[in-house]
Formats: sequence, structure tokens, C-alpha cells
Amino acid sequence: MTLELNETLQNVVDGLSEKFTDSLIDVYQSSGDTFIRIAPQVNVNVCQYLKKEHHFIYLADVFGTDRFTSEDRFELVYNLVSMRDQQRIFVKAWLPEENPEIESVTGIWESANWFERQTYDMFGIRFTNHPDMRRIYMPEDFEYFPMRKEFPLLGIPGSIDLPSTTPDTE
Amino acid sequence: MGLESALGDGYMTSKVDSLVNWARSNAAWPMPMGLACCAIEMMAFAGPKYDASRFGSEVMRFSPRQSDVMIVAGWVNYKMAHAIRRIWDQMPDPKWCIAMGACASTGGMHRCYGVVQGCDNFLPVDAYVSGCPPRPDALLHALMKIQDKIRTEHSVMLDT
Ligand code: SF4
Repeated sequence: MTLELNETLQNVVDGLSEKFTDSLIDVYQSSGDTFIRIAPQVNVNVCQYLKKEHHFIYLADVFGTDRFTSEDRFELVYNLVSMRDQQRIFVKAWLPEENPEIESVTGIWESANWFERQTYDMFGIRFTNHPDMRRIYMPEDFEYFPMRKEFPLLGIPGSIDLPSTTPDTE
Repeated sequence: MGLESALGDGYMTSKVDSLVNWARSNAAWPMPMGLACCAIEMMAFAGPKYDASRFGSEVMRFSPRQSDVMIVAGWVNYKMAHAIRRIWDQMPDPKWCIAMGACASTGGMHRCYGVVQGCDNFLPVDAYVSGCPPRPDALLHALMKIQDKIRTEHSVMLDT
């Protein structure tokens, strides 16, 4: 597929392919958005570069997807916005099913803190160097990751405690 | 004042039970447990148009110690369930509970891992209100049902 990049995004892609030649895996467009897939090892460097050099100062979201493939099952997506240039770009990294782990970008954007906690809560992707790597929605002692595809929609019976209905025993 | 003139001279006989039930049923102060969209309809129920004060329930108490009827309005997730149960346990007896809307009654459309499928899993519910959200009239109906229930309460004495 040929890319239809405007000037800013063309600069971004050129800059990335020059600086991260080996780690830039794929660039594609879909539904009017531009996606860049990188190797998970360089995520912090790429993000740093995009923020410093291309003014992507706003991290709109970090989320995961479960591709449910045998290799590189999880996908981590950063949704970056440049207010100045009014551009949006998605940076993706694929992570393995066993022990999915990636470095946190909280050092670059503070707002990544809760996004990454949510991604951990839902998919079990761990973020190293995160200041507060806990679950955010589910109870702390919950043992599953609900957005993984094998997790049943209605949950696992008995996995979360209900309050005791006899007041004195709680 | 008004009562004396209506009665004139003389006296009236009644049972303590009927008096207490009459008083209780007309002063069922709600404990609003507004958790989601249904809470908006609950506010309308208390507001001037539907006017819960006609039934003696105008005083929405945000303190469990002062309330008699808990209105669970909205979907209950597992984390919130503990807080609700704790508030319920803090309400003085006798107390009643209304599960307002599809979500509070059965989980409704939130058929998923995080939402308790009906708050009767951990609360003794007296009246269920169907609807998503129920109209304020429906909530008034539930309140009237609870009043009926209070009025036909067997006795204030414990049968031990
Ligand atoms: S029953 Fe409907 S209106 Fe009420 S809390 Fe559930 S979704 Fe909202």
C-alpha cells in the first residue's frame, strides 16, 4: 500500500527510519490514521525522540490489544498527538505471550502512569520502571486479566469476593 | 392543634403496632445510593414534579444513621458492593431496600465480569423496579409498596 503522508508525518517517518533503521518494523495507514510498529526494546527512545524532535507532547492513550496469535500475542499502542502540528500518530509494539514486559514511558509523559496501570490491569502487560505498578480497576488480589481473549465475559465465578451478608463476621 | 379539633372531646383507641406502623410508613427517609444513570431519575423522584414528600420521603439523608430505605439506583460493581454493604449495615433497623432499575435488580445490560448481577446477591431487597431507567412514578410505586409492607408488618415486638 502506498502511503499518503503529509509533510509533518513524512518528516516523522523519515526521521524514524534514519535514526531507528533496525527497529522500525512497519509503517502503514488505515482509516486515515498512521501506524508505526517498532521493536519493543526501543519504545522509550522512540517516544523520547517523537516528543523532543517532533513535538508529540500529548500522550492521548496507551492501550493493549490481544491479537490471540501464537507469536507476539499482545500489542501495545501509544496514541500520540502533536497539538502544534495537529497530527496524530500511533506507535505500536508487539509483545510475547509469556511474560509480556516493556519499559514504562512515565518518564516522558506523566500521564502514562494510569494508562499503563490500566493496560497492566486488563492485559497483564508489565511495565518496568513504572513508579506504581498496581492494578487500577480490579481488586488487588484478582488473579486474572479480564481483557485477554480467554477470559469469559461473565468473569470467573467466585474470583471476586462479595461482601459478607452477616454483618458481624466481616 | 388540627388533630384535637378534628377529634373533638373524647378519645381514640388504637394498637401500638398500628400507630408505629402508621408513623414509620409515612416517614420512610431514603438513603440515596446513586451509582449510575438511574440516580438521575431518583433525583426527579425527590424533586418538585414527582415530589416524594407527598409520601413522607422528602428527606434524602446522605447519612445511613438517619435513613430507613436504601434506594440502590444503578449498577453495582464488585468493589462498590463492599461499600454499599457497609452503609447498609450502618443503617438502624428497621430498614428496607429498593433495587431501582434493571441493573440493580439483575445486572441489566452490564452482563460482565465487573458488575454484580443483582444487588440482591448481598442485600435483602424488598422492592424491585423494572425499567432502564424506571420512570420516577415507578419508583414512587415501589415506595408505596414498601409503605404497604410496613403497614402490614406483624408486630414491633420480637417474637422470641
Ligand atoms: S437500569 Fe439503565 S438507567 Fe438504570 S443504571 Fe442501569 S443502565 Fe442506567
